Amino acid sequence: MKGIYKRELKSYFYSMIGYVFIAFLVAFVGIYFMAYNLNMGYPYFSYTLSGGLFILLIAIPILTMKSFSEERRSKTDQLLLTAPVTLGQIVWGKYLAMVTVFALPNLIFCLFPLMIKASGQAYFKVDYCAILAYFLLGCAYIAVGMFLSSLTESQIIAAISTFGVLLVLYLWNGLVDFLPTDAGGNLAGVLLLWSLLAFAVYQMVKNWILAVLLEAVGVIAGAVVYFLRPSWMERLLPDVLGQLSLSNGFTSIINEQLLDVSSLFLGISVIVLFVFLTMQTIQRRRWS
Amino acid sequence: MIEVKNLVKRYGSHLAVDHLSFVVEKGQIYGFLGPNGAGKSTTMNIMTGYLGATEGEVLVNGHDMLKEPEEAKKLIGYLPEIPPLYTDMTVREYLAFAAELKKVKKAEIPVQVDQVMEMVKLEDVQHRLIRNLSKGYKQRVGLAQAVLGFPEIIILDEPTVGLDPKQIIEIRQLIRELAKKHTVILSSHILAEVREVCDHVMIISKGKLVASDTPDNLERLIEGEDTLELEVKGSRSQVEEILKEIQGVKELRFYEPEDGVTGVQIQIADHREIREELFYALAEKKCPLYRMQMSKATLEDVFLELTQNENEDEAAARSAEAGIGEDPILEGIDPEGEEDAGYERDL
Repeated sequence: MKGIYKRELKSYFYSMIGYVFIAFLVAFVGIYFMAYNLNMGYPYFSYTLSGGLFILLIAIPILTMKSFSEERRSKTDQLLLTAPVTLGQIVWGKYLAMVTVFALPNLIFCLFPLMIKASGQAYFKVDYCAILAYFLLGCAYIAVGMFLSSLTESQIIAAISTFGVLLVLYLWNGLVDFLPTDAGGNLAGVLLLWSLLAFAVYQMVKNWILAVLLEAVGVIAGAVVYFLRPSWMERLLPDVLGQLSLSNGFTSIINEQLLDVSSLFLGISVIVLFVFLTMQTIQRRRWS
Repeated sequence: MIEVKNLVKRYGSHLAVDHLSFVVEKGQIYGFLGPNGAGKSTTMNIMTGYLGATEGEVLVNGHDMLKEPEEAKKLIGYLPEIPPLYTDMTVREYLAFAAELKKVKKAEIPVQVDQVMEMVKLEDVQHRLIRNLSKGYKQRVGLAQAVLGFPEIIILDEPTVGLDPKQIIEIRQLIRELAKKHTVILSSHILAEVREVCDHVMIISKGKLVASDTPDNLERLIEGEDTLELEVKGSRSQVEEILKEIQGVKELRFYEPEDGVTGVQIQIADHREIREELFYALAEKKCPLYRMQMSKATLEDVFLELTQNENEDEAAARSAEAGIGEDPILEGIDPEGEEDAGYERDL
C-alpha cells in the first residue's frame, strides 16, 4: 500500500494537477478571507470557509477524475492487479494519496485564524473545528469522486459526473424541502425507492424471484403502515433524507457553533461505503 | 508449476476461452500460438489473476489464484499485450515502484533494478521519462518490469511486437537466458519466433487447445506432401510440356514472377526425388533454371491445418454476407505477423 500511495502522491505533482488543485483552493478561499475577514473585519474564519464550500464542487472532481479511469485507459491497472497486493491496498493507497493532496490546502487554511489573531480577537475552537469538518467533508467528496472515476475510462465523464453528484449533495437541503409531506406522497416515494432497490438487487444477482419477493415485502409493509399508522408516513422522506445531508455538520459549526458528532459518523460512513463500492466495481469488472 | 483446469471465460454470449486445460512444467519455454482473437491474451490474463474465469481454476505451484492470490501472484511476472507503464515516471522510478509492488526487499531494490536494466539494456535511458521513449524501449521497460523480483514464472504476451529485427534477436536471446532459471510462457502469432524459441508449443484456436507438443513433433504430425518450386526462363506451355514427361509430378500451379520467366509449384507424389531428372530435362530443352526450392511441411502448415477447419465455416458465412471470397486463413493471421515471419526466416 505504501508503494502505491507514494507513487500516486508523486504523480499529482509530476503533472500540474496537484499544484493547480492546491492553488485553486487556496486562491479562492483567500479571496473570501480578504473580503470577509480583512476588509469587513469579521473575526470568524469558519464563516469564510463556508464560502469555500462551493469551491470544493469544482476542485474535488479535478483531483479525483483520473484516479481509476486513467489507470484503466492506459491499462496500468494490469500491473497493479497482477501484483501481489490486495485490492483493498490499491484502493486505500490511492484514496489516501488524494486525501493527502487535499490536506495540504487545509494545512494552509490553519494559518488564516492566526492571521486574524494577529490583528485582534480570534475564535480558534470554532475555526479549527470548521477546518476539520471542511476537511472531512472533502474526504467524503473524494470518496464519491473516486467511485465515479472507477466506473468509466474517461476522465472527462468522471469529472462531470462527480461535479453533478456533488452539486446534488450541495443542494441537498433545498431539494429535500421539495419532497411531499403528506402520508400518501411519502408512501409513493418510499415505494419508488424500494422498487429501485429491488431492481438493483435483480441486476446484481439476476434472480427475479428474490427481487419480486423483496418488492412484495416492501409494498405490503408500506401499505400496512400507511393504513394503520398514517402519521408515521408523514414527512418520512424529508426527515430521513434530511439526516443524510453531508454538509449539515459543517454548517452547524458555522451557524450554531455546534460540533455534531452524528454528522462526523455520517462522513466516515460515506467514505467507507464509497471505498467499498469502488472495490466492488473493480472486482466486478474482472468477472464480467 | 502452473496447472490450468477446465478454464472457461464468457463475455456475454461470446465464449473467449472454451474448457482449456494444460500443465506447464518447470524450466521450459512455452509458446502460445494462435490467430488473433483466439483467446491467448484472455488466457494469460486469467493465469496472472487480472481477470476472473467464468469456470475452472488456475493453480500456481499449488496455490489457487482465487483463494491465495497474493501467494500465486508473487510467483508470476507478467508483461501484458500493452506494457502497463506510468508514462509520467522515469524508467528508474517506474522500475523501483514495480519492485516495491512485487515485495522486493527495500535494500535490494536498487540492486535488482540495475540488474534488470542491464539485462534488457535500458541503462542509457534510465533517467528519461517513459512518455518520451520509443515503442521498442517501452516494450523493454515492460519486459524489465516482468523480470523484476525474478519470479519463477514469467509470462510474456507478444514480447517482440513493435521491435526492430535487431531488438527481436536480443529479446529472444534474453528469453533463452531467462529460461535457464525460470519458466517462460510467451504468446505469439509469429510462427518463426515460436519455432525458434519455444521448447513446447500450444496451439489455441477459438479458445480451445488444438495441439500441444514440441515444434518438431508437431511438424511430424502432419503428413505433408513435398512441394517443389521452380522458376524457369521460358513460356508456360514450354515448361508444361517438359514437366508432363516427368514421373511423380502430381499437380502444377503456375505463376509469373517476371516477364519471360515461368514460375511453377509442383506437388510431388510419394516423396519422389525428381530434382535431378528435372534439371537435365530442362537443360536438354535449353530452358535455363533460375531457382529450385524444395519445401517440407512446416509449423505453418500445422498451424493452418489445425486452425483452418474451425475458421472456415465462420469465414464462409462472413464472406457470403459481405459478398466477397476472402481467404479465411489470411484473415485470421495478422498480415504484419506474416511479414515478420518472412524476414525472420531469412535471418
